[in-house]
Amino acid sequence: MSESTVISEHSGTVLKPGVSSNTIVASLNDIRKTYYMGALSVEVLHGISLDFYHGDYISIMGPSGCGKSTLMNILGCLDQPTTGKYFLGDEDTSLMEDDELSSIRGARLGFIFQSYNLIQQLNVLENIEMPLFYQGYSETDSHEIAMGLVQRVGLEDRVDHKPFELSGGQQQRVAIARALAVDPLIILADEPTGNLDTKSGAEILNLFDELHQQGKTLIMVTHSDELAERSQRWVRLRDGLVESDERRSA
Amino acid sequence: MNDAALNKPALSNPGSSQRRPQTGFNFVRFKKITQVGIKSIYSHGLRSLLTVLGIVIGVAAVIAMLAVSEGASFEAQQQFRDLGASNILLKSVKPAEVEESSNRGFGPPQAIVYGLTTADITAIRDSIPGITNVIASRIVKKNVWNLGYSINADVVGTAVDYPSSRNYNLRSGRFFSETEVRDHGNVVVLSDEVANALFPIDNPLGMTIKIDSDYYNIVGIMESEGFSNLGQNQAGSSNSASTRIFIPFTSSKSRFGETTTRQTAGGMERETVQLHEAIIQIDNQEAVIEIGEIIEQILKRRHKDVDYAIEVPLALLRQAEESALRDQIVAGAIAGISLLVGGIGIMNIMLASVTERTREIGIRRALGAKKKDIITQFLIEAVILSGVGGLIGVVLGIIIPFVISAVWGMTTIVTPMAPILAFSISALIGVVFGIYPSMRAADMDPVEALRHE
Repeated sequence: MSESTVISEHSGTVLKPGVSSNTIVASLNDIRKTYYMGALSVEVLHGISLDFYHGDYISIMGPSGCGKSTLMNILGCLDQPTTGKYFLGDEDTSLMEDDELSSIRGARLGFIFQSYNLIQQLNVLENIEMPLFYQGYSETDSHEIAMGLVQRVGLEDRVDHKPFELSGGQQQRVAIARALAVDPLIILADEPTGNLDTKSGAEILNLFDELHQQGKTLIMVTHSDELAERSQRWVRLRDGLVESDERRSA
Repeated sequence: MNDAALNKPALSNPGSSQRRPQTGFNFVRFKKITQVGIKSIYSHGLRSLLTVLGIVIGVAAVIAMLAVSEGASFEAQQQFRDLGASNILLKSVKPAEVEESSNRGFGPPQAIVYGLTTADITAIRDSIPGITNVIASRIVKKNVWNLGYSINADVVGTAVDYPSSRNYNLRSGRFFSETEVRDHGNVVVLSDEVANALFPIDNPLGMTIKIDSDYYNIVGIMESEGFSNLGQNQAGSSNSASTRIFIPFTSSKSRFGETTTRQTAGGMERETVQLHEAIIQIDNQEAVIEIGEIIEQILKRRHKDVDYAIEVPLALLRQAEESALRDQIVAGAIAGISLLVGGIGIMNIMLASVTERTREIGIRRALGAKKKDIITQFLIEAVILSGVGGLIGVVLGIIIPFVISAVWGMTTIVTPMAPILAFSISALIGVVFGIYPSMRAADMDPVEALRHE
């Protein structure tokens, strides 16, 4: 339990483990997304409305081409909806300029990618520190936070290593630490175990469970039912619409 | 709604409550970006080196060529100082086609009569205001003896103002005096070189030398360095300027006469020259070039042949400056082309780097980097690249003039401005040619960039 203790210190949340509050951290309101290719236009999302609560652990599932990735990009403020509103916290992101989107990504979101997406020239510690610098944290503070997170993901003996010197599971743990650095409102994970073997994948999922226990809000995209099994809520998409939205009964 | 959860929850690690993100210019971010830039350049060592070669050559060329032209202009200045800023030099020159006999002058019929006359000088003096002094000289080539030692020297019969008019300095003793000029005195001032040739051991001061059948007392020694080589092709003088000795003008006239005889292949050649050289001093330096032109007009009217030469040191300096300017323009063009090529090289490599690092750009954007952060990152990298090139160029540019001086004996001067200027230009090139690739990096769609393999 020592690791969990550290997490709660870091997050400063006062929620009971495993229980989501009724505070809405993100809200999608009739989100539509149309891609234009010359004269051709394709609507990928046909009006999606979802509310995400603080402390939720959500799996977004569905077959390929259902709009998962597009939805994930919109949730991650990497892309904006064609129509509809997306509130992150109490801010309406659909009206934001590019710089504001960058700021909100850096301050409120944590990304975990299928292919880890660490920067190869930087070592473990520097990778974790990176989002903090874009937020303007001082060097000392960044270092302190990153060292804490490195310990939490169990890589304190690898701080000087470059990503290519680490295993896939270790790299993904660095990515998780990096996502936690700014203490985001939501952690977005896109097929986080897709490139990992079963054992490493299980370790990552255990880490997710721990984060959930600490009251973090996790949104995970996956098409694996096995992975989704761990979460508390399942949103299924089909053809750009919400097919089902279930919650684990208490 | 829970405000505490929505407003960025403060990281509540014990002991640091001050962890608020800062806004505005951030040195830490700048430092980190610079470190990344250096790493990226370092990881492509050879590629980076080849890229900056254009800048290196350009910067080195700017500095080296400026040093050479600076040296040339320094030499011109030196000569100018030696000859005197407000002087005009007149010289007698043997005309290309001379008439065998002349009805002018009073030499024997066969003698060639040419050159400047005292009447010329009087005419110039009378018609031009602002002439403060005219120092006329006669230069006769003679063998000069001290017992067994002898040297062929230019015996300059001149006035007492001669040394001061041309910035020649005495090494020891004195120049001859007005009284000695009036009295046609047998006194002589030797140049360093002549003194050394005739008196290898003894101190020549107070000794005598013999010219023709007369003995002259040595009263002073001149420094040789001040002698300008500009007086080379003048009448009666073929020796280098440093083998000159000086006697009073009056003595030269009464001892040697105005007609000299020279042994030539076809027999005897006799020539009559009144004055070999005249230094005209002007009170106003501004008017020197103009007065030089007026003197030329006067002499043209008075002389049938062009048996004189006019040298205006200031005009020579202007010429030297003009040619230095021409050099600098050529140097500037070469350096400019080289720097342009260097800049294009940097742009090319930066574009390649941006493409290679598309994924990294996507990651950074996802993690909160703004467009301007990405622009800064690549711009810094471009400036580091061109700056390193500039630095290598500065080092080479300082070494090359030394080599030029050592090998060709040219005067080169590296002014502190040249490296500073060249380096600044190289850094500027990094900015100019780095802007487009940086903007391209920043304008990438984060989603597309993250998808990039």
